[in-house]
Amino acid sequence: MVTITIDEHYCKGCGLCIVACPKEILQFAKHLNEQGYHPVTCLDQEACTGCTLCYVTCPDGAITIAKDK
Amino acid sequence: MKIIAKRPKGLTDARLTYCPGCLHGVAHRIIGEALEELDLVESAIGIAPVGCSVFAYNFFSCDMIQVPHGRAPAVATGMRRARPDCVVFTYQGDGDLAAIGTAETVHAANRNENISVFFINNAIYGMTGGQMAPTTLPNMRATTAPYGRDVADMGYPMRVCEMLATLETPYYIERVSLLSPKDILKAKKAVKKALKYNKEKKGFCLVEMISTCPTNWGLDPLASRDWAQENMLPVFPVGVFKDEAKRQEASK
Amino acid sequence: MGEKILMKGNEAVAEAAIRAGCRHYFAYPITPQNELIEYMAKRMPQVGGTCLQAESEVAAINMVLGAAACGVRAMTSSSSPGISLKQEGISYIAACRLPAVIINVQRGGPGLGNIAPMQCDYFQATRGGGHGDYYTPVLAPSSVQEFADMAPEAFDLAEKYLTPVLIFADGLLGQMMEPVTFEDDYGPQSDKSGWSLGCRKGRKTNHIINSLFIDPYVLKEKTEELFRVYDTIVKNEIRYEYYNVDANPKILVVAIGTVARVVKTAIDELKEQGLEVGLVRPITLWPFPYKAVKEAAKNVEKVITVELNMGQMEQDVRLAVEGACPTKVIGKAGGVVFTPMEVISMLKDNLA
Repeated sequence: MVTITIDEHYCKGCGLCIVACPKEILQFAKHLNEQGYHPVTCLDQEACTGCTLCYVTCPDGAITIAKDK
Repeated sequence: MKIIAKRPKGLTDARLTYCPGCLHGVAHRIIGEALEELDLVESAIGIAPVGCSVFAYNFFSCDMIQVPHGRAPAVATGMRRARPDCVVFTYQGDGDLAAIGTAETVHAANRNENISVFFINNAIYGMTGGQMAPTTLPNMRATTAPYGRDVADMGYPMRVCEMLATLETPYYIERVSLLSPKDILKAKKAVKKALKYNKEKKGFCLVEMISTCPTNWGLDPLASRDWAQENMLPVFPVGVFKDEAKRQEASK
Repeated sequence: MGEKILMKGNEAVAEAAIRAGCRHYFAYPITPQNELIEYMAKRMPQVGGTCLQAESEVAAINMVLGAAACGVRAMTSSSSPGISLKQEGISYIAACRLPAVIINVQRGGPGLGNIAPMQCDYFQATRGGGHGDYYTPVLAPSSVQEFADMAPEAFDLAEKYLTPVLIFADGLLGQMMEPVTFEDDYGPQSDKSGWSLGCRKGRKTNHIINSLFIDPYVLKEKTEELFRVYDTIVKNEIRYEYYNVDANPKILVVAIGTVARVVKTAIDELKEQGLEVGLVRPITLWPFPYKAVKEAAKNVEKVITVELNMGQMEQDVRLAVEGACPTKVIGKAGGVVFTPMEVISMLKDNLA
């Protein structure tokens, strides 16, 4: 089981992670964060494989990925 | 649950002030990771330039200083003499390193100063609003080249890695790109190698990172990456231009 | 106290800096101070220090910035055009609150000028020099011994107030040879661990050295804080010399450096002829000894500034005298040094 968290405090809605995700499970949220961007959210935690490509491509250090040992 | 990826300890908690999709943040993160993995957060000194990354002193968690435009390699030289046990790295843009700072860059390389120079090349001046850089491409528009860079008048883009590789002394020079996750992983390897060489007191290391400037290029973050792939990489090819360690290995 | 050695000014100040604990010197060759960098090149390796010939005066001042940020005694030297190049770096060092010593062995200007001794960088030295609201303490020696003594004094001042300090010499002082003695011990250096960079083992937070304060209110506050330090320097660090001032002179001369020595010779000669002239020799040019000049000018008919430039220090002298009596300047450009005969003749004309 993998958990991906995208911290809204840092996310600027650049969209690079959405394109990077091979499972296409990341999407812009409908709401705006406090900086005025649409932050990215994970639509399907179960489908996340923990490949970390989203983390690698994120320019804002917004993503944390945890895996069951 | 085991955390397999998170904001590295080499970065502070501060929100990065770069534009959305600007790859400065990626460069910062891979340097931050390398500092943490090499146990350098407490013993490194980072030098912030003038440019978009002037605020880098707020973003890296090691000791930091902000210095005059272009002069980071000279400041790093003074630091190396004063604190020979410290790993010192500079973080510079294309104007800082290849325009106003050309002399300092070349001479620090020529003296084989034991520092890492991280050179973010996005072919434009970001902070000041999009003027031409030494690395701006032929016919590329900038606010000070509104009809496109005319090479007859303004010269060709400068290839810093190639130039510095002609010097006898630099230890490690590599150009990488930040334009895809695969490239970023390679870039991280180069950054970590540079800092490791400094830790081992080997000498001058420079990693040039091909990056984007969505705001001043007038393209969105994804289109910027595509544009850079198509137009910058042919002019600034990725590759290793000097690796003294490898050369010594090969000659054995 | 050591033995007397006959030394050139440029070399004496280098030796004194080393004895005061300076182990990091960065500079670029320029006449008339090349003996300084050459002496350092020989001496520094002998004491395990660094003498690095930088690629330019700009690079040199930035190397000083880096070394000073790491908490060591760092120094550079140059001459007029090279000091112009250093101004941005000096402004940064002042704004970053770092201690450093810069020596200007002045030559003819403006432009490339010539290599004769002058005092024409007075405005540059005392009015900040670089951009922004700041000052640097300026020390003006008048003999090789005083020049040498000012190296440790400059470091002490720099560390006490966390500021760059400028030593204002000229080509004559740099080149001439006089007997010098050095102290055995110039005293301890200050503790810089509270702010310096590098190898922070055990320290919980990182140190940041920075002069960018993007919020205008913060920059205002930082600048006002800096000026409170300057107020303290003005209160405590003014230095000057009175010469023949208590002989009730009719004329007061204000002069510095080697010009002051020529004036002293003239004063002595005139005294033998029964004519009294007094001299105030400012030793700190910033802070300028306004009160001392005003005091000395109390009962004179005229105050004359004699300087090797077209009239720079005379503006400070006018400020000091505050219109109590006429002031004038006898200046000379080109590095054409005043002779005692010339000064005697000029003073006699003014006494008539």
